[in-house]
Amino acid sequence: MTKQSLIVLGIVAALGASALAATKAAPPKGTATISLPGDAGMAFKPGPGAGVVQGQCLSCHSSAYVSTQPQLTRAQWTAEVAKMKNVYGAPIPDDQAPAIVDYLTTQYGKP
Amino acid sequence: MDLGRGRFLAATGAAIAAGAIPGGAFAQSVKLPFANGDRPLVAFPQKRPLIVLTPRPPQLETPFAIFDDGVYTPNDAFYVRWHLSNIPQSVNADTHRIAVTGLVNSALSLSLADLGAMPAVELAAVNQCSGNSRGLFEPRVAGGEWSNGAMGNALWTGVRLRDILDRAGVKAGAKQVQFNGLETGVFPATPNFKKSLDLDVARGDDVIVAYAMNGQPLPVLNGYPVRLIVPGWFATYWVKMLSAITVRDTVDDNFWMKTAYRIPDTPNNDVLPSQTGFPTIPINRMRVRSFVTNVADGGTLPEGSRALRGIAFDGGSGIKGVEVSSDSGATWRDATLEADYGKYSFRRWHAELDVPRGTFIIAVRATANDGATQRAMAGWNPSGYMRNAIETYQVSVS
Repeated sequence: MTKQSLIVLGIVAALGASALAATKAAPPKGTATISLPGDAGMAFKPGPGAGVVQGQCLSCHSSAYVSTQPQLTRAQWTAEVAKMKNVYGAPIPDDQAPAIVDYLTTQYGKP
Repeated sequence: MDLGRGRFLAATGAAIAAGAIPGGAFAQSVKLPFANGDRPLVAFPQKRPLIVLTPRPPQLETPFAIFDDGVYTPNDAFYVRWHLSNIPQSVNADTHRIAVTGLVNSALSLSLADLGAMPAVELAAVNQCSGNSRGLFEPRVAGGEWSNGAMGNALWTGVRLRDILDRAGVKAGAKQVQFNGLETGVFPATPNFKKSLDLDVARGDDVIVAYAMNGQPLPVLNGYPVRLIVPGWFATYWVKMLSAITVRDTVDDNFWMKTAYRIPDTPNNDVLPSQTGFPTIPINRMRVRSFVTNVADGGTLPEGSRALRGIAFDGGSGIKGVEVSSDSGATWRDATLEADYGKYSFRRWHAELDVPRGTFIIAVRATANDGATQRAMAGWNPSGYMRNAIETYQVSVS
């Protein structure tokens, strides 16, 4: 490619860019694909009940949803577990809910 | 007005923060100014490193210093908030359709090309999470514990929702318009994330179905290929990956309207933490807010500098004025408003402090064209929504 044709290409590109700047964006075309990092290496603290919590809570959300909360009381954690089951439809067996509340109150609750 | 006491309480809250979980295991992390405020910084797809609230579903906060860079928040720095974990990670704009159904004369299935053939609208608008700044509530409330970065301002391009509704032909008796996107829960029993607007709001001049953000396709995490834009209203209504528009003859009673995202129907939407049994309404317009962007709380201005910069916005009346104080809100002076990008946009401002060397409590207060302004004491509601108290910053001047 000659130097002259490169210059011409450059002018065309510059004109194209200024034309785009003056025109509203058009709808996108094609497929956009991303790969999310899952839990990005975050995990629940070890402790009694951690296995149950991992099995029940991680199906829908990362441990960070728990670890970033302010220190909630046992009553508040009990309400949160009930909300996950009754409102968000988490299939938490009734006999596992107390162990989850115990774990959350001990590891992430008000001492 | 004395803003000093509130500041002291906030500082105490930051000081008792627990250990570095989960931030400690990551190369980069930040500490937000409240207990359990440690957060990793991670670059998600199409994003620069942002403050991770939760990786799944993705909830990413914009580091506040980015708001100093310009009036528009770059797409790769724009905050992210999803409710449910089943988010498509691959979306084909060529086959994506928006179903327009319900109380209409002719149901539609609109492609992106169909939208491209309709008149295009472009406007600047702030998108702010209802729970932006929830972590700063005292007493604390459960929820997504954001600092002030769950917001952003962008130039949105798309078509008027009203044009779409007119094309379908809304029948008499219509009350609300409901919006659904491609996000779903992991379990079938999880309430699908749907939001509704009253018909008169939905038909507003500035409500658009947007396919571009700052002149580019939306990042997948911000709703590629198309999302609803409801300027002036909290982001809960700005449904991402919009796939269905349904005209209804009844008021939507799905969980996300009837139970979640509701505010007290009380003066200033405030209640006492002990209060129960009050009526509630769906959250709606944003309140006026203002921030300093060139120096953080606890920061120092460059040697010899007295220059402050920042942003202000409200729920769509536009910003009338911004004032700054260097004495905890005892006295105020006007800041200078910068270029106007429209009544829904961030409005940048700057001011020169008139202070000697030392450390000062800087405060910033905006007033909107509708007369609304900011209060010194933050209001409280049980969901941690709509915070808009006057922001204060301890700043050292050398």
